[in-house]
Amino acid sequence: MTNKKEPNSPPDFLVHDDVDSVGVIVVEKSTARQTLTGWVIDTNETVTVDAIDDIPLGHKIALTDLADGDKVIKYGFPIGRTVASISKGGHVHVHNTKTEKW
Amino acid sequence: MTQSKQIFGYRRENGRVGIRNHVIILPLDDLSNAASEAVANNIKGTLALPHHYGRLQFGEDLELHFRTLIGTGSNPNVAACVVIGIEPGWTKRVVDGIARTGKPVTGFSIEQQGDIATIAAASRTAKEYLHWASEIRREPCGIEDLWISHKCGESDTTSGIGANPTVGNLVDKLDPLGATNCFGETSELTGAELLCKDRAVTPEIGEKFYATWKAYMDEVIEPHKTNDLSESQPTKGNIEGGLTTIEEKALGNLQKIGKHTSYIDVLKPAEEPKSGPGLYFMDTSSAAAECVTLQAAAGFVVHVFPTGQGNIIGHPIEPVIKLTANPRTVRTMGEHVDLDVSGILRRELTMDEAGDLLIDMTIRTCNGRLTAAEALGHREFVMTKLYRSA
Repeated sequence: MTNKKEPNSPPDFLVHDDVDSVGVIVVEKSTARQTLTGWVIDTNETVTVDAIDDIPLGHKIALTDLADGDKVIKYGFPIGRTVASISKGGHVHVHNTKTEKW
Repeated sequence: MTQSKQIFGYRRENGRVGIRNHVIILPLDDLSNAASEAVANNIKGTLALPHHYGRLQFGEDLELHFRTLIGTGSNPNVAACVVIGIEPGWTKRVVDGIARTGKPVTGFSIEQQGDIATIAAASRTAKEYLHWASEIRREPCGIEDLWISHKCGESDTTSGIGANPTVGNLVDKLDPLGATNCFGETSELTGAELLCKDRAVTPEIGEKFYATWKAYMDEVIEPHKTNDLSESQPTKGNIEGGLTTIEEKALGNLQKIGKHTSYIDVLKPAEEPKSGPGLYFMDTSSAAAECVTLQAAAGFVVHVFPTGQGNIIGHPIEPVIKLTANPRTVRTMGEHVDLDVSGILRRELTMDEAGDLLIDMTIRTCNGRLTAAEALGHREFVMTKLYRSA
C-alpha cells in the first residue's frame, strides 16, 4: 500500500489489486445509477464505475461483466465462483457467488 | 517511528514480563467454579476464572485441558494463583505445573471438606497473595520482553482493507526489535493456505503448517460438515459486513502477519513458544474466545484484535485491544473500540501511520491503560474441547 498522502477526495470504493474483478464499497450510502469513484491501492490509480444496484458499506461491486461460473478475483486471488451472471456495476455477494472450498 | 517504546512491566520470578498483576482463583473443573467465585467475592481485587470442563476428559483432550490451566496460571500477567479442584490429585498436577514458574501458588480440594471450609481456607491464602502482589512495582522493560497475540473477529471487508493490515504493520515493525508475536485460526486460513505456507521461515516449517491445516480439514471439517458452512464460516456477521466466502475472509485474515515477516515455528494449541523471539503460528479455533484463551495459556500478555462488524471479546488476564476500520462500527458501538483506523478508508490515514498508532496504543496498554474490554468487564475464558468426555 502506498504511504503517500493523496489530496484526492475520499473514494466510494477500494480495489486491492489491479487484476481484481471486484471493489469494496467504503461509504455508507451508495445507490444504483451513481457513478462511483474507486482507488486501486496496489497501483494508486483512480477508476470509475456506474453502479446498477444499491450496495451497502463493505459489500462488493463488479468492476467488469462476469459470466455464470467465472472466478471472482480479489487481493489478486480467486475468492470463489459466480453462480449467476453479474453485470459491471452490480452487487457481488452470497446471492450470486459461492466458495470453491467447502 | 519517533514514539517512545519504553515499557514498564512486572518482571516475574522466571524472567518473563507481565503487564497486569492479577491474583487469580483458578478452578480445575466445572464443579469448583462456585467455590472459586466465592473466594474472589470474599477477597476484593482477586479474579476467578470459571469454565465448563475438567471432568472425565482423556488423552490429548485432557493434556490440552492441563496445558491450558497450567499455562493460564503461569502467564506473567498473573502474580499469584489459588487453584481449587474437586479432588487433590489433578489439583496438585495443576499446582505443580504453575509452581515451575517460581510464583506463589496453592491448591485446595473440596472432597472431605465441603465448599464452605474450602472457601474459608482458600480465601485466607488469596488475601495473603493479594497483599503481597499489591506491593510489586512495575520496572523498565523492552519491546523484546513483549509477547503479543493477534486474532480478528466479526470481520468484514474493512478488516482486510484497514484493521488487519494495521496489525501486519505492527508485526513488521516490532518483529525486528525482538518482540514475540502469535497468529492462529487454522480453519480461517482456508483459501490462503498456500500463501501462508510460503510465509514460513523454512520449507520444513511451511510443511508443518500445511500438515496442521490439512489435518483440521480432513479430521474435523470433512466428517462433520452438512453444507458449505454457510453462516458458520463466514459467519452471519461476516456476511452482513460484505464477506462472501471463506477464501475472501482468509485472504483478509492473512494481512495480519504483515508484508515481510516469516513465522518461525508452528505451535500446538496453548503450547509455549520455545524457539526464541519471532512470529509463531498456533493451531487454534477461529472462534475468538477459544483462540485468545489458548494464546494467553501459551504465555502471551497483550492481544491486538481487529474487528469489522464489532466483536466485543475480552479475556480475564490478557488485555484485548480492539481496533476497527469500519466507520459505522465506530459510530454505533464506539465504547468497544480502543483504536479507530477508519481514516484508512477515506485516505486520511496511511498504513504506516495506522501501524504507529496501534504500536502506541499497545505500549500504553502495556503501561497500564485499561482496554475497552477490561472497562466493560469482558472476561471470556473458553477452553478448547477436542472431543466428548469419557
